[in-house]
Amino acid sequence: MTFQPIKFYQTGSFVVGNRLLGENLRTVQSDIARSDSLTLGHRACQGCGEALGARYALDAAMRATGNKILATNATGCLEVFTTPYPETSWQIPWLHSVFGNTAAVATGMAAALRVKGREDIRVVAQAGDGGTEDIGFGCLSGMFERNDDVLFICYDNQAYMNTGVQRSGATPPAVRTATTEAVGSHPGNVFGQGKNLPQIAMAHEIPYVATATVAELHDLEAKVEKAMSMRGARYLHILVPCPLGWGSDPSATIKIARLAKETGLFPVFEAESGEVTGVSKIRHRLPVESYLSEQRRYAHLFKPVENREVLDRIQAMADRNVRRFGLLEEEVANNTPREQ
Amino acid sequence: MEKPFAITLEVGSSRANKTGSWRLNRPVYVDRLPPCNDACPAGENIQGWLYHAEGGDYEAAWRLLMQENPFPAVMGRVCYHTCESYCNRGQLDHAVGINAVERFLGDQAIARGWGVTCDAEPSGKRVLVVGAGPSGLSAAYQLKLAGHDVKVIEAGPTAGGMMNFGIPSYRLPRAVLSKEVQRIVDIGVDFEFNHRVEDIPLEMTRGSFDAAFLAIGAELARKAYIPAGDSAKILDAVSFLSGSRDEKMPMLGRKVVVYGGGNTAMDAARTAKRLGASDAIVVYRRTRNQMPAHDIEVEEALEEGVLMRWLSTVKHLDEHSMLLEKMELDETGFPQPTGEFEKLESDSLILALGEEVDLSLVEGLPGVSVHDGVVEVGPDMMTGYPGLFAGGDMVAGERTVTMGIGHGKLAARNIDSWLKGSSYRHPERHELASFDRLNTWYYSDAPHAVRPKLDMIRRQSTFDEVVLGLDEDNALFEARRCMSCGNCFECDNCYGVCPDNAVVKLGAGLRYRFDYDYCKGCGICVSECPCGAIAFVPETI
Amino acid sequence: MLEQIEGSRAVAKAVALCRPEVVCAYPISPQTHIVEALGVLVKTGELSPCEFINVESEFAAMSVAIGASATGGRAYTATASQGLLFMIEAIYNAAGLGLPIVMTLANRAIGAPINIWNDHSDAMAVRDSGWIQLFAETNQDAVDLHIQAFRLAEEISMPVMVCMDGFILTHAVEEVDTPSQGQVDAFLPKFVPRQVLDVDDPVSIGAMVGPEAFSEVRYLAHAKQLQAKEKIPGISREFELIFGHPAGGLVNGYRLENADTVVVAMGSLLGTIKDAVDDLAEEGKKVGVLGITTFRPFPLEEVYAYLSEARRVVTIEKAFAVGMGGILATDVATSLNRVRIDQYSVIAGLGGRAITKASVRSLLEDAIDDRLEPLTFLDLDHELVEREITRMRESKRSGPTAENLIRDAQLKKFSRTQRDG
Repeated sequence: MTFQPIKFYQTGSFVVGNRLLGENLRTVQSDIARSDSLTLGHRACQGCGEALGARYALDAAMRATGNKILATNATGCLEVFTTPYPETSWQIPWLHSVFGNTAAVATGMAAALRVKGREDIRVVAQAGDGGTEDIGFGCLSGMFERNDDVLFICYDNQAYMNTGVQRSGATPPAVRTATTEAVGSHPGNVFGQGKNLPQIAMAHEIPYVATATVAELHDLEAKVEKAMSMRGARYLHILVPCPLGWGSDPSATIKIARLAKETGLFPVFEAESGEVTGVSKIRHRLPVESYLSEQRRYAHLFKPVENREVLDRIQAMADRNVRRFGLLEEEVANNTPREQ
Repeated sequence: MEKPFAITLEVGSSRANKTGSWRLNRPVYVDRLPPCNDACPAGENIQGWLYHAEGGDYEAAWRLLMQENPFPAVMGRVCYHTCESYCNRGQLDHAVGINAVERFLGDQAIARGWGVTCDAEPSGKRVLVVGAGPSGLSAAYQLKLAGHDVKVIEAGPTAGGMMNFGIPSYRLPRAVLSKEVQRIVDIGVDFEFNHRVEDIPLEMTRGSFDAAFLAIGAELARKAYIPAGDSAKILDAVSFLSGSRDEKMPMLGRKVVVYGGGNTAMDAARTAKRLGASDAIVVYRRTRNQMPAHDIEVEEALEEGVLMRWLSTVKHLDEHSMLLEKMELDETGFPQPTGEFEKLESDSLILALGEEVDLSLVEGLPGVSVHDGVVEVGPDMMTGYPGLFAGGDMVAGERTVTMGIGHGKLAARNIDSWLKGSSYRHPERHELASFDRLNTWYYSDAPHAVRPKLDMIRRQSTFDEVVLGLDEDNALFEARRCMSCGNCFECDNCYGVCPDNAVVKLGAGLRYRFDYDYCKGCGICVSECPCGAIAFVPETI
Repeated sequence: MLEQIEGSRAVAKAVALCRPEVVCAYPISPQTHIVEALGVLVKTGELSPCEFINVESEFAAMSVAIGASATGGRAYTATASQGLLFMIEAIYNAAGLGLPIVMTLANRAIGAPINIWNDHSDAMAVRDSGWIQLFAETNQDAVDLHIQAFRLAEEISMPVMVCMDGFILTHAVEEVDTPSQGQVDAFLPKFVPRQVLDVDDPVSIGAMVGPEAFSEVRYLAHAKQLQAKEKIPGISREFELIFGHPAGGLVNGYRLENADTVVVAMGSLLGTIKDAVDDLAEEGKKVGVLGITTFRPFPLEEVYAYLSEARRVVTIEKAFAVGMGGILATDVATSLNRVRIDQYSVIAGLGGRAITKASVRSLLEDAIDDRLEPLTFLDLDHELVEREITRMRESKRSGPTAENLIRDAQLKKFSRTQRDG
């Protein structure tokens, strides 16, 4: 986790670069010579969180390894918008096989490198939430339990976006998708389903598991850097808002990621060998409505009438995260937003 | 390697796909006007000099400040810092302590002996400045730097005007003032003291001046008729304060009443306390909220034990007491007498009812008009008499040192243009960088570094400075609380948050450029710019 | 070195001699002994450097091989039956990406009903995937074909599947001449990948290709198979020079000179057929055999060259296209579409049903006498089948077929015992 002594007040540690910080304390993204692993001309939608998350993570991995990474990619938005023949936006060695096998492909890549004595070259596997939590889960779990030397990154946009916004195992309750429409007596995705992959990853007791969002670059980069300093299976779960699928303004991508964290709905933490070792605290806690109301996938919770019951259930999920992970600073830990 | 057809592709080849054609809105870098700059009567580029101070380059900060105002150390003590009232940070936690940092810079300059040099080509023009107060000095300084020959003629024995005799030394140590005045002397401004100008055309002809700037201030104490016994002690605040600067002790007695509600009244009451009065009582005919004195002055006076009698007028004065009449506000908020009286013990009365301009100087000058007791000037600070400019307390406006300095600068700019046969055009004012333009999440939570205050007891009995300066750590801290509203401070956010890599970083000090060939117009950079320095404008297709 | 050895172990030895760098293992009968043996060799260090990876599924096995191969590693795995089907998406992907992976397919039937015994249904399920498919007649063949498979795969950068009959070959202990490391090293050069993930020369592998180039990409895959067909005879000849015995090639003829009747088949079945043909030959019948070693690419011209003079062709195969008939027979028919030859398609040995010499002989006699049906299921219990068909006609809810058949078969056996008793 990035615990930076507050010395530089103007913009603290939250902006991408800060001229008041030493070069070594600035983000990789601030570097005029950053690797741009994912470069100009890709076909992601306007305001794509995944494009951003991928560049953030891979550029950080590039710096951490001295530009020695091989990447593999599950089928999905990231794959499609980066490599439509005859153009690719990748600037690093990159392989796409199929949808559900990314972790296994990465295992094979790492194995070949080990045989060749090129363990200085590191392998990064990437997938969306469908390729990670659903169709890719078997291979991922296998890679975890064998503790293969792979950093697996899930870009979580909480549904199957490439195929037109269908529900995945990562889709939160009440969300409207093309397969959980906002109709009937319980509009949107049902409560009580879905899986928490970071915690499942932790149950494998792999060396490192972390969550991050595109709204906190320093934290995200520090986690990638830490992951690359370790060997074995590592898992990074990055929340990447999808303007198209979430029905949010393209300019609000980072804001929404920030709200996901600040409301407590998306806990940002890290764990080593199955134990939580760090939590990124909420800076200014907000009620879940501030996050939900920015997204049309939750519009049915507000119109034509406010669905208080569902909003309360979602708030309860946030409250639970706050309790479970200790997301608030001690002095305010017992206050829920409405009590404040 | 020889790549298999279509399945395997050359890296970075997507550059051929110019995604800029998707764009409906275009981000554009702008500089917006920070509210502090907008509010500064002296027209300082506050955000600009704070920017240097944030980086620890205090000399650069000071030099930028000095371009607009030759009195940073004085400002840091006596300016009522309107800027802080408008500071956007005030809506987040507390306003940036701009004034404190300004003082730190001014004091650093004095401590380190930083000076100003005059490099301008001599213009061959001569300008007369009448009055060595803040406005006259500011004009002289700016005119000299513009290359003109400047002579300041002052009726009194020394430079400084109100800064010298109107402000108690516990607010402005005289050594500080003289150091900053000395810099103006050092760049070659000519001074003549103890010379009261009475005929301007004659003075200009005699000295071959091409233009003149009048800044004689408002020194005549406003009078009020108060029936008084023979032995009643009554004096005006300006003379009282002027007399007190040398710590001469006028015999005031134990109980001193100050009549008036302005800053001068506060200064007089606090000075009376320091001179030994056991009670200093301010009598004002309206309420506290209506007092023209700045809040901070009232606060400090109250802290020091000054008493206040609001809604009261002085009806009669005797040697050891006076009669007050209670007032009440009518519907329009105007005080009306109630006919209720009360007695107040007092040994002396200081009248602080405001000051008036001695208009005899401009009487009979063709084209010069007077309105409401002040000289009328145009937006260019020129009177109706060609080549004759005026500013400071003798023209309309708030009567503060800072306003005077602003007038002097503005007049100097206009005089310079006038001398060159052109007219001065104020640089275009940028759109205001209002709070809603900012993304304040990026700014760390940081409390306001409050300037230490002298121990209460100590400051009541001495003329030592009440408000002490920031040390370097605090000054840096305070400077860094500045959010750089509306002006890029190169935080790299736009460069980092663009999902399409369409922001080009140009290197330190050079800011950024949009690559419109690829910018899809998502607007994330606009939303995530902490300081609101990116506008989003519709594409014209 | 000649030795009595189980087929699986012989193949494991041969694969090890080819110095694979990544071996993925997932258990499924009857392939398991091969990867078990390789696991031992890696663990003892006899095969080094090599990563032996216990994966969680066949889908992962092929995927690990894909990753390893794209990173420049020589990759090998083995599977069978359901396992092959479970990895089928990756099978197609490996071929589409042109990755020279070698895989053993220990041929086994596909359920339901679940059945662990041998037939060729699994291989036929992926015949259109773009993989090269070689069929071993004997365990010696299996050993030799694996060595040739690596050479072929890497020369044309396509994956190769060596098919060997489950149990019949994998579990049979017989004499095999296992080659020396020197021989294999002389035959199989170091792997130089056509495309590789390289930090010093980065490329993107696995692009999305739309209608504008997809046909071309698929045609190029076909062209690669044609290229393989050209290379296979040469590789076979070179193999013989180094190893001292013939192996591989596209097809293998037996007693074809002046043969009126030619039997076409693949895999271990050829042994039984040849025995039957020998017997018939002694009786003066002009019967020959054409063994298909390379099923994909299919050697259309070679098959035509060997069969065009015959009067009749009998294709016997261990798989069929349900609702259509023989698969190999269809390919043979395609080779012969220019000539008028009687063609018979025989489906035999499904799910491990023994193919006896007697049955084959009787079948061939029927063919020679032109009494054979165009499509025959060898040794099919017609009575059993008819009973079930009747039942299905009578009731919609006739119950599960497999269980019905078993019950009928037991009843039949019981009544026979009663009668004989």
